Amino acid sequence: MSTTTETDSPGTAPAPAGGGPALLGRTRGRWLLLAAGLVLALVLPWVIYPPVAMDIAAWALFAVALDLLLGYAGLLSFGHAAFWGGSAYVAGLTALHWGLPFPLAALAGAGFAMLLAWPIGVLSVRRSGIYFAMVTLAFAQMLYFIVNQWRGLTGGENGLQGVPVHFFGLEAVETDAFFFYYAALPLILLGMWFAWRVVHSPFGRVLVATRDNPARARALGYDVERYRILVFVISAGLAGLAGGVFAISHGFVSLQEVAWQTSGKVVLLTVLGGIGTLWGGIVGAIVIVILEDQLASSGFEGIGIITGSVFIAVVLLFRRGIWGTVSDALARRRGERPAAEAVSAADGEEGL
Amino acid sequence: MNEILQYTVQGLAAGSFYALAALGLAIIFGVLGVVNFAHGACYMLGAFAAAVLMDLVGLNFWLALIVVPVLMFFFGVLLERLLVSRLTALDPLYNFLLTFGLSLLLVDLVKREYGVSGQPYTRPEILGGQLTLGALRLPTYQVFVLVFSLLVCLGVWLLMTRTRIGMIVRASTEKSELTRALGIDVNRWVTPVFGFGIALAGLAGVLAAPFRAITADMGSSFIIILFAVVVIGGLGSIVGAVVAGFLVGLVEAFGQAYAPTLSQIVIFVLMAVVILIRPAGLFGREENA
Repeated sequence: MSTTTETDSPGTAPAPAGGGPALLGRTRGRWLLLAAGLVLALVLPWVIYPPVAMDIAAWALFAVALDLLLGYAGLLSFGHAAFWGGSAYVAGLTALHWGLPFPLAALAGAGFAMLLAWPIGVLSVRRSGIYFAMVTLAFAQMLYFIVNQWRGLTGGENGLQGVPVHFFGLEAVETDAFFFYYAALPLILLGMWFAWRVVHSPFGRVLVATRDNPARARALGYDVERYRILVFVISAGLAGLAGGVFAISHGFVSLQEVAWQTSGKVVLLTVLGGIGTLWGGIVGAIVIVILEDQLASSGFEGIGIITGSVFIAVVLLFRRGIWGTVSDALARRRGERPAAEAVSAADGEEGL
Repeated sequence: MNEILQYTVQGLAAGSFYALAALGLAIIFGVLGVVNFAHGACYMLGAFAAAVLMDLVGLNFWLALIVVPVLMFFFGVLLERLLVSRLTALDPLYNFLLTFGLSLLLVDLVKREYGVSGQPYTRPEILGGQLTLGALRLPTYQVFVLVFSLLVCLGVWLLMTRTRIGMIVRASTEKSELTRALGIDVNRWVTPVFGFGIALAGLAGVLAAPFRAITADMGSSFIIILFAVVVIGGLGSIVGAVVAGFLVGLVEAFGQAYAPTLSQIVIFVLMAVVILIRPAGLFGREENA
């Protein structure tokens, strides 16, 4: 892992899930995609209600954070609400009591999430697969009970109300959701860029190795547990950043943010969008947040009926998710073989 | 002393629900390798079925103890045939996700139909009141739940150790490939075992019906505690599931009595300690880890 030239230069960025050297055309496609994504992020609050646009951005980063763990390290965390929600509370509290500007509050929340993730990660990586999912879920639930009981600090079931937006006295940002979106977007993009850097770094390559063949990675001298703990903490930090921004944008932190349903929702977004693609999480967030918004405003009760059915359909029929399915189809049309390595690994037909 | 005994009975009664449901979870995991996220929802469905059938056709509690598990068995068979079986060849996480989606669906379907408020359920008169044993006074219902679940666990235990079916199930739980290699058709037992596991969750639900608030969300926190139970007991272990179920019930009861704010947290601390000391769980074996 001493040769960093290949992975450090963006021009020759390898395929997301560790494919071979990129072809020139595919690299250009990737830049076009990136530009399209940026444009979409910039016009989003013009086309939909700005608070919903903010929700999409926050959930997208949350899903990207989970995908970093699930898609590239092969660890399914069912307890990521602990980091999203834990950070939401810390961001809310620091904004409320110390009057921190919201980017700092969100970063403080992300820092807290990483601190929290350390012990949870150390304990959880002792198991992998299904056990990892259950153990992370249980630890997240522990935080849920703590938050629920500590009424003096968190407001218990009433949540944390009246969280203010501070932004260096800029009134437009502090009062208007439209401008707030643009003030918060850099944080979200920063988080996504960081996830992308991690995936395309030597560290990310080792991560994929520990996912695909932990025994061999171990034999090559990599401390698999340490890599797993580290990516867990990074993922928690990014989830925390998203949760902090989300909390401030709502001006309110509810117990829902630390509930296991939230952990489940982010898994749904990621799986629906496509595991091991990073882009998938963004697509999943757009689809689900808009769907939920539409259902809620149409007065439909029982969103779980729809999301649950979507989940079942995706797991049964489109395990590669929207992004994976579409990019496969495109690759096939161009006459390329869909990157076999990336497929079997990111898709997880054999191993998630 | 008296007080401690009361909490013990209370804890063991609460633990009965966990033990029965965790037993179902462990058996399903053992044979199918599936962790059924919808187990909490099935527990809820069991309780709802008892309440709704009492309301509609006047089905009493004693009959519900038989009828509802049978219904849940067929529900489980249906689930396995229609959904779960399509994914058993893949990574077990897919079935975990599938059953997660299923539990969202079931909970919100029930919520849509019956609302969020609790269903009424009248417990049979004979189980009301208190049982007096010398100087001891214990709630009759708790004693009944405890004795009944112990009998069911014993029954399952006998089924597992004394019958050929049980032998096959145990063998495929512990060494699935070897069992197949010995010429036993494990697949034949997959569907009934899944149904049986679901029936146990349903039975736990019926037992809880006169005891707990019957709401669509009653399974939501239950399933998380259940996961802690099987992690503590060791996921593949049938004995572990039962012992850890009762243990968690006790921890909960004593926690509620002496440190009410911490009672729920203690369970997860217990789980963390077990993971630290014995990652495979109290009764699990390292190789299954």
